[in-house]
Amino acid sequence: MRLKPLTLAVAGLASLLISGAALAQKKYDTGASDKEIKIGGISPYSGPASAYGAIGKAISAYMNKVNDEGGVNGRKLNFISLDDGYNPAKTVEQARKLVEEEEVLFVFNTLGTPPNSAIHKYMNSKKTPQLFVSTGATKWGDPKNFPWTMGWQPSYQSESKVFAAHILETKPNAKIAILYQNDDYGKDYLKGFEDGLGDKAKSMIVSKISYEVTDPTIDSQMVSLKGSGADTFFNITTPKFAAQAIKKAAEIGWKPTHYLNSVSASVGSVMIPAGAENGVGIFTASYLKDPTDPQFQKGKEWDDFVAFMKKYMPNADIKDVNHTFGYTVSQGLVQVLKQAGDNLTRENIMKQAASLDMTLPMLLPGVNVKTGPDDFYPIEREQLARFDGKTWVLFGKVYGR
Amino acid sequence: MKALDRKWVWIWGALLLVILLILPFLFKNYRVFQFNLVLVYAIAILGLNVLTGFNGQFSLGHGAFYAFGAYTAAILMDKLGVPYWATLPAAFVFCFGFGILMGFPALRLAGHFLALATFALALAVPQLLKYKHIEHLTGGVQGIVLTKPEPPFSFRFLDQPFSSDRWLYYFTLAVAALMFLLVWNLLRGRVGRALIAVRDHPIAATAMGINLTLFKSMTFGVSAGITGLAGALGAIVVAFVSPDSFTVNLSIFLLVGVVVGGLASIPGAIFGGIFIQFVPNIADEISKSAPAAIYGLVLIGFMYLLPMGVMGGLYKLWFRLRSKASG
Repeated sequence: MRLKPLTLAVAGLASLLISGAALAQKKYDTGASDKEIKIGGISPYSGPASAYGAIGKAISAYMNKVNDEGGVNGRKLNFISLDDGYNPAKTVEQARKLVEEEEVLFVFNTLGTPPNSAIHKYMNSKKTPQLFVSTGATKWGDPKNFPWTMGWQPSYQSESKVFAAHILETKPNAKIAILYQNDDYGKDYLKGFEDGLGDKAKSMIVSKISYEVTDPTIDSQMVSLKGSGADTFFNITTPKFAAQAIKKAAEIGWKPTHYLNSVSASVGSVMIPAGAENGVGIFTASYLKDPTDPQFQKGKEWDDFVAFMKKYMPNADIKDVNHTFGYTVSQGLVQVLKQAGDNLTRENIMKQAASLDMTLPMLLPGVNVKTGPDDFYPIEREQLARFDGKTWVLFGKVYGR
Repeated sequence: MKALDRKWVWIWGALLLVILLILPFLFKNYRVFQFNLVLVYAIAILGLNVLTGFNGQFSLGHGAFYAFGAYTAAILMDKLGVPYWATLPAAFVFCFGFGILMGFPALRLAGHFLALATFALALAVPQLLKYKHIEHLTGGVQGIVLTKPEPPFSFRFLDQPFSSDRWLYYFTLAVAALMFLLVWNLLRGRVGRALIAVRDHPIAATAMGINLTLFKSMTFGVSAGITGLAGALGAIVVAFVSPDSFTVNLSIFLLVGVVVGGLASIPGAIFGGIFIQFVPNIADEISKSAPAAIYGLVLIGFMYLLPMGVMGGLYKLWFRLRSKASG
């Protein structure tokens, strides 16, 4: 009887030590706990860019799949996805809601350059990760000034480096003409291209002409580009102008080796309006498996994707590449969370996101996800494709890094 | 009865004031930020209501004045280092001038033609803001990121710090109160009666000696100026402007706010602000597939139940209660 208080005290002390040890292993910031990880998302479910809302829906569906399979390291993923209608002012409001009201651990795959620009400074001042943003601008990979923001897809600059590499390999003496849209997007592509050509940029580029997005046509630009005597053409244009450029080149009898940025690599909205026969032989670049391409519609990776779509998005269009995008970026996130283990601090999330080296099932074979403390560009490799009059046909090796 | 009424008005007014003053300390910063936006939208809707509600001129382009006000504030703060409070009068003056210029064609265009002309302005604004020769000022597609003003002094109340959002709440509230007071003062007298006369019967109004040209273009100017001031305030509150923040939807939402709050009702603007701030959020929570459809349904329901807007409904209720009490 006399021993009882002592035993109790010892037992109490021991349990304190044990729980102390357990606490030392598990570290949490706001939004993470033993049971769940709160993740915020902002997508344009309404408004002008609502086609991209499919990405947000695919991510939510994938999170459901992960939770049905037991979550990540025993924790459920609670994905809170809000609508900003592609309006940057609304994005600010929703980001504040996620960080201050919902208290998420981090914000994931917010979409579009203007919306992400609007919250860039805010997320970094709150030291809350703005992870894997859906935009191709190059500024998202700036760990020195914005250590809490990271991109995902190949940046415009890395894509144009792929084109530059292909030109240097196949046509080292090419005379290149460039048409670009006079804004951040066009200049990003142009800069990557000139960097990719390196010292030879000055001698190889014989003409570069810009257009305004408000211009009605680019006919006169095409005529002067032809007049420069170029035999290679880099077409940095958005869909409407891309179609015009392809058509005009055919009309004036200019047949250069033609590179088209992936922004306009749509068969339905560019190649067919431009006249499919005019587009035969044009090059573009891609990194995701196109769900309409028969060569990818087999194997375990495809079956897994189809099973996911059937079970979690039964009414959605499997051909929509936005679903493939959401599926893939979610898998990237799950890997980051797996690596983070029980150390779910915001700092560790960024640290793990910056130490990735993997491939994912719906990325093209050879395209990988690789990051480092100074490399905040997860996907940089792309493969070239050629238009055969009906669809894009992949060929050659995988470029980049 | 009359004296009793007045006493109650005072008591309720004082209670409302106290609630408004302690409100930001009862909520999180994020909610306070939303209240700020409600006030900003209320001012913008007030501006549009002067034109549409009182003067009968339809504008589907007030988002453009809101955008010009926002950019005036952003450029002044970002490029010239002007303090945030000083940008408000500048935005008012600039948009007032711009509104008068817009007001001249408005004299020739009536009803739906005017609506279309102003609609064109709203459509053009995002593209104008991206124009390359002014890109060094506007920041092009990227827009301008601003710094939120810090509160001039710090204290804690109800265990909450006096944050920059809470400071902006009082600042916005004061500006809103001032604007509502000015508009009320302007409209309750001779000028207000003239505006309504022009709306209801322009020919009769002219015959009674009202200068139609002067009144119509001045109204356009004042209305644009108030909405522009709201835009400047909005830029300060959100701390970011970009062309995509001011699409044609904004103009339409402002008009929705006017109609929901109540045409030709000054306090109605506040309900309009609450509506356009919170209903899209509710719609988003109900459905991710079709938030716009839910929004539309709510709007239709609103118009069906309160055809005269919130203020119209409140007046109706008030008169019914009074007639019951006296009868």
